[in-house]
Amino acid sequence: MNKLLNVSSSPHARNNVLTQNLMLDVAIAMIPASVYGVYQFGLKALCILLVTVAGAVLSEYVYESLMGKPITVMDGSALVTGMILGLNMPPEIPLWIPFLGSIFAIIVVKQIYGGLGQNFMNPALAARCFLLISFANQMSAFKLDGVSGATPLSVLKNGGSVDVAAMFVGRIPGTIGEVSVIALLIGAVYLLVKKVISIRIPAAYLISFAVFVFIFGQHDPAYVLAHLCGGGLIFGAFFMATDYVTSPITPNGQILFGILLGVLTGLFRLFGGSAEGVSYAIIISNLLVPLIEKATLPVAFGKEGKKA
Amino acid sequence: MGLATFKGGVHPYEGKELSENQPIEVLMPKGELVYPVSQHIGAPAKPLVKKGDQVLAGQKIAEAGGFVSANVICSVSGTVKAVEPRRMANGSMVNSIIVENDGEYKTVEGLGADRDLSSVSKEEILSAVKEAGIVGLGGAGFPTHVKLAPKDPSKIDYVIVNGAECEPYLTSDYRLMLEEPEKIIGGLKVILKLFDNAKGVIGIENNKPQAIAKLTELAKDEPRIEVCPLKTKYPQGGERTLIYAVTGRKVNSSMLPADAGCIVDNVDTVVSIYMAVCKNTPLMRKIITVTGDAIASPKNFNVKLGTCYQELIDAAGGFKTEPEKVISGGPMMGQALFDVTIPVSKTSSALTCLSKDQVAEMEPTACIRCGRCVAACPENLVPQKMMRAAKRHDIELFQKLNGMECVECGSCAWGCPARLQLTQAFREMRVAVRASAKKA
Repeated sequence: MNKLLNVSSSPHARNNVLTQNLMLDVAIAMIPASVYGVYQFGLKALCILLVTVAGAVLSEYVYESLMGKPITVMDGSALVTGMILGLNMPPEIPLWIPFLGSIFAIIVVKQIYGGLGQNFMNPALAARCFLLISFANQMSAFKLDGVSGATPLSVLKNGGSVDVAAMFVGRIPGTIGEVSVIALLIGAVYLLVKKVISIRIPAAYLISFAVFVFIFGQHDPAYVLAHLCGGGLIFGAFFMATDYVTSPITPNGQILFGILLGVLTGLFRLFGGSAEGVSYAIIISNLLVPLIEKATLPVAFGKEGKKA
Repeated sequence: MGLATFKGGVHPYEGKELSENQPIEVLMPKGELVYPVSQHIGAPAKPLVKKGDQVLAGQKIAEAGGFVSANVICSVSGTVKAVEPRRMANGSMVNSIIVENDGEYKTVEGLGADRDLSSVSKEEILSAVKEAGIVGLGGAGFPTHVKLAPKDPSKIDYVIVNGAECEPYLTSDYRLMLEEPEKIIGGLKVILKLFDNAKGVIGIENNKPQAIAKLTELAKDEPRIEVCPLKTKYPQGGERTLIYAVTGRKVNSSMLPADAGCIVDNVDTVVSIYMAVCKNTPLMRKIITVTGDAIASPKNFNVKLGTCYQELIDAAGGFKTEPEKVISGGPMMGQALFDVTIPVSKTSSALTCLSKDQVAEMEPTACIRCGRCVAACPENLVPQKMMRAAKRHDIELFQKLNGMECVECGSCAWGCPARLQLTQAFREMRVAVRASAKKA
């Protein structure tokens, strides 16, 4: 024999979906919300998005170069982190704050723990919470059409009434990406249709949250609906809680995770000091993922009713 | 549509269009024939011939070397050239009987004689199957006479014929179902004769509507036989997944199908049982699909056992492009060959020749915990966690995660966006676990 053929362990065929395809799909799914944010809040919003994306990608590149690690910026995960962080910023914030946030997200939350797949908290959300604590004033100053205003959730918290239709479209003050429910849902449908995410976490999250608010808030569907459309809930449920790395891998664990998120978000919004609660609910639940997975390990096929 | 199926699985590119419309061609061997004494699970067979002996087609040239073992039958007439180790598709060197073909195909006396099933006893069926050297032809190679003799035959209520052929590219079972369906029904009747309380079910994936139609037509006057269309999904034809799809019963690694009242045999095994019992013809041939994008004209062949793979490739017009990878079997569970001078054995099913080796150019990246492996696993395992155990070679954790339930179907690795070699790692771990169990 002259030439040996390739040998390897089976399977010899692979699906064509790669990590970067999935990340790109998530980025594509955030485009409607980004476009709406820029349309409503103007070029400032676009600048913030560009700064967070550039900051995240650059941080990853610089860190990995300095550490002599393989450069992974092409996998798209830093792009997604940057976009999520940018969409979580109020439109009036000075640009250096989101830039600092993306450095924190990539270096402190993601790379120091080992890079992609190793972080135990959603990097963008951890960075947002870091900024919320550090720059409370700038992070909660919301303007719409040049006028400062309270977000619908703050109005609700203070007993006022809100326009749900405006919330659905997005004609409300808030962060760049969270305001338009319809734009977010378009992206969510894209993710579901392309099977990038499963419905388990968002559905468990939204349903348990709605039930919680109905029981402990007001027994009024309009009130519940306003809570569902308000704040970062839709954005969080479909784009942040579903982050692969920081959510459970077991199917039952995903449902449990969603319920936990719903309850925590309800608790924070109704009984907490702030009107918001999604970000904290998600990063706290992220910490419980290992436990949730341990408790929800699926029973192997044919092993039902037997001790493993 | 309530098609019978299982939970999990994947949909790889099927590639069956290359060869599915090619009728089975009988291929006569040109060169020497190689008969490894171990083409089955269990003890190797003991050679009954030595160098220089004259042998006939249909002659037993090696005898079962234990209870779980199988005879080896010569498929041509000629002279024994040597008894020496030769390489098999799985890469190991196995003691083999090499026969120089005289091209006359003289057979042993009585070969091909008809036998009326109604006059055959259960014992005679089992001994005919044993003599014929029949093993599970779907790839497992478990001796069929052992499988057909469970502890309590009255407890068997399903005899399942596996015509799923879920492995991509393979069309040999499909062609067999189209071209020799009477023999499948005939063989199933033989098996049903062993199990008085059983009904026969032929499971076929619904991407083979012609096969379903043909067998349904033939089974319509058979009260004990029915055809069960299955959803097209890999690994539908796995033993455990097939049993579940057909009966709703679950079998795990510590059980035999018989423990769930089932006997599962591949369609070609069933045909071989028919030939052995009703036509006095032992297992001497195999239906092999020669396919892949590197093959000039993909075909299905009826090949004498022992024929060299190279002859099959030549008969299919050779390579139209240089292959990077040649697989004995299909792309999901087949064995990659570094060389094609390998004999066709009882467990061969196909030769898939690919011009591109999809796997070689892949660089594994970090696991992002996307959960695709969990969704794909037909055994309901969490490959992501098993991989972590495998990386640390943590045998205990791997077993705790039910790693020994893995059937190595490859579904997890197929869909992994990080290109991790999951199945390969699990295969190594499973070997390590078995080795450590032996030591203890």
